[in-house]
Amino acid sequence: MQELTEGQVLKIMESYGNDPQQLIAVLLDIQEASGRNVVEQKWSILASRVLGVPLSKIYDILTFYAMFSTNPRGEHVIEICQSTPCHFTEAERVVGWFEEVLGVKVGATTDDGAFTLFRTSCVGACDVGPVAKIGDDVFGDLTLDKVKTLVKSFRDGQPNLREALICQN
Amino acid sequence: MSKLMSLVSEGAGKVNPVSVAEYVGIGGYAGLRKAVGMTAEQVIAEVKKAKLLGRGGAAYPSGSKWEHLLHIPETPKYIVCNADEGEPGTFKDKLILGRLPLKLIEGITIAGFVFGAKAGYIYVRGEYRKIQKQLIQAIENAKKENFLGQNILGRGFDFDIHVISGAGAYVCGENSALLNSTEGKVGRPRIKPPHLAEVGLFLQPTLVNNVESLSSIPAIVLKGGDEFLGIGHPDSGGTKLICLSGHSARTGVYEIPLGKVTLREAIYDPEMGGGIRGGKNLKFFHLGGQSGAIGSPAQLDTPYSYTDLRKAGLSVGSGAIVVMDESVSIVEYLKGVTEFFIHESCGKCVPCREGNKQLYAILQKLSVPGAANEGDLANLRRLVTTMTAASFCGLGQTAAMALNTAWKHFKAEFEANVSKTAAAAAA
Ligand SMILES: Cc1cc2nc3c(=O)[nH]c(=O)nc-3n(C[C@H](O)[C@H](O)[C@H](O)COP(=O)(O)O)c2cc1C
Ligand code: SF4
Ligand code: FES
Repeated sequence: MQELTEGQVLKIMESYGNDPQQLIAVLLDIQEASGRNVVEQKWSILASRVLGVPLSKIYDILTFYAMFSTNPRGEHVIEICQSTPCHFTEAERVVGWFEEVLGVKVGATTDDGAFTLFRTSCVGACDVGPVAKIGDDVFGDLTLDKVKTLVKSFRDGQPNLREALICQN
Repeated sequence: MSKLMSLVSEGAGKVNPVSVAEYVGIGGYAGLRKAVGMTAEQVIAEVKKAKLLGRGGAAYPSGSKWEHLLHIPETPKYIVCNADEGEPGTFKDKLILGRLPLKLIEGITIAGFVFGAKAGYIYVRGEYRKIQKQLIQAIENAKKENFLGQNILGRGFDFDIHVISGAGAYVCGENSALLNSTEGKVGRPRIKPPHLAEVGLFLQPTLVNNVESLSSIPAIVLKGGDEFLGIGHPDSGGTKLICLSGHSARTGVYEIPLGKVTLREAIYDPEMGGGIRGGKNLKFFHLGGQSGAIGSPAQLDTPYSYTDLRKAGLSVGSGAIVVMDESVSIVEYLKGVTEFFIHESCGKCVPCREGNKQLYAILQKLSVPGAANEGDLANLRRLVTTMTAASFCGLGQTAAMALNTAWKHFKAEFEANVSKTAAAAAA
């Protein structure tokens, strides 16, 4: 994974017309482009200067919204919904399966930096619970086999393996 | 005869969501075409006759909201669509956003026309990132066909719609927090008054409506308010998208006419919920989201309408129906609900920020035999009252709703673990 460059970050802000009203969108894009699902301090400082927004306000946003992280995470963030409709359809078993297959506990990142495992609130796919959100995709009705397939698909860079498992809108 | 309807969801899943031609092919944009031949007052009169109640959760009459905004002289006015859909157990706005975005776009455009607005915003939760991209595509396509942009339908009316992303904060669904977040700020709620109709987005007069509310507008304009009212309940016209989840045998979104389907039908009808998974028994159902009321099987014959549910101490809320079978402990369930509110509280006010944590601590005690005493139960009651009365916004005010309603149905289960000796010692 390539390091994000100052030029790329400037370009992201430019694509939003350097508009401070678009701060959340800019920060989401910076995080996505980081490869490690993080908004690094140096990019916050840069955004503060270019958009004319106090750095404290940027950190207010980064620490308020659950989707942001100021610490590097895995390339793929796996989030298991723990809200009650999923929780009582055995979401905790899914957490257990991911822990087993990845070899890390919830909150931790695998040694190779590929995955971080989290719990999250409802992602709006309760009809196919228990669910995991990985990046922009949601995977539902999970079983141990599906969990193994998903991890393999991301680890080996074989998106076709998971295509059929993506929950459609 | 099937009780399912497709007034709002007509065509969902059958058309290419971003194709204007296909949308027009199923009768799309007939509402807008009709609306631009009417005056603002005439459109609002139909919305009032339709008795459309806000589908986002608060059930505020849309007609009154629209009328109020129309009479405010300041311009520019803004149209904001609440597509934050963060209530656990709710995934019905996603159906429209993902499969029928042009219906929503048409509804917002009609609102834009009525209020002479130049810009509308759709605030979509960050978790629906793929849907956001598709929505932007649908907007672009509508512009190409002159249903958005400059001089719409040759009527000299200009209007554009922008898509704004949330970033994971349930409280941003609260309408004033939503506006703060749309402005690129932290989504903490504002103090009200001033009313958002007067001082809303960028401090300008603003309409905030839910996805499903705005998507009902084309049908209201096209059919007329009276016909729309007739489809539903005399106090609240039209249909409601309900979301079945949890231990329902047939989880999913169903569109039902308000007042003409009972909770029993919604949960058990083979065309809707189809009963409980694995043939188990229903223990309770949780309506309208985590902030809604919990109901017992004894209430199953209540018709699903705003009025009937309110009379039964329940509510429509977002349309969520979380079904739980007999294996679920009510105290464990409420711990889950309370954990959600602890996580989602914005921390601005003490009754909510601290109250939810204290509720959880007591629920935790109640889940261990002999750990709680009578004093804990009294504290639980006091906390519920304080949070409901003294929280700054709707999140804290409704966080204890599930507990408060479950209490009525499952008092014995709450008290089962209370230590009698501890109670005696405390006395
Ligand atoms: C904590 C909280 C969260 C809310 N979340 C949503 C939401 O996700 N979507 C929504 O449409 N309304 C939500 N609401 C209700 C809105 O504040 C507001 O009433 C609604 O957007 C108005 O539109 P309507 O009248 O068309 O329903 C929420 C309210 C509160 C207090
Ligand atoms: S009730 Fe208070 S702490 Fe809770 S979300 Fe609303 S403003 Fe924030
Ligand atoms: S409760 Fe898990 S996706 Fe909604």
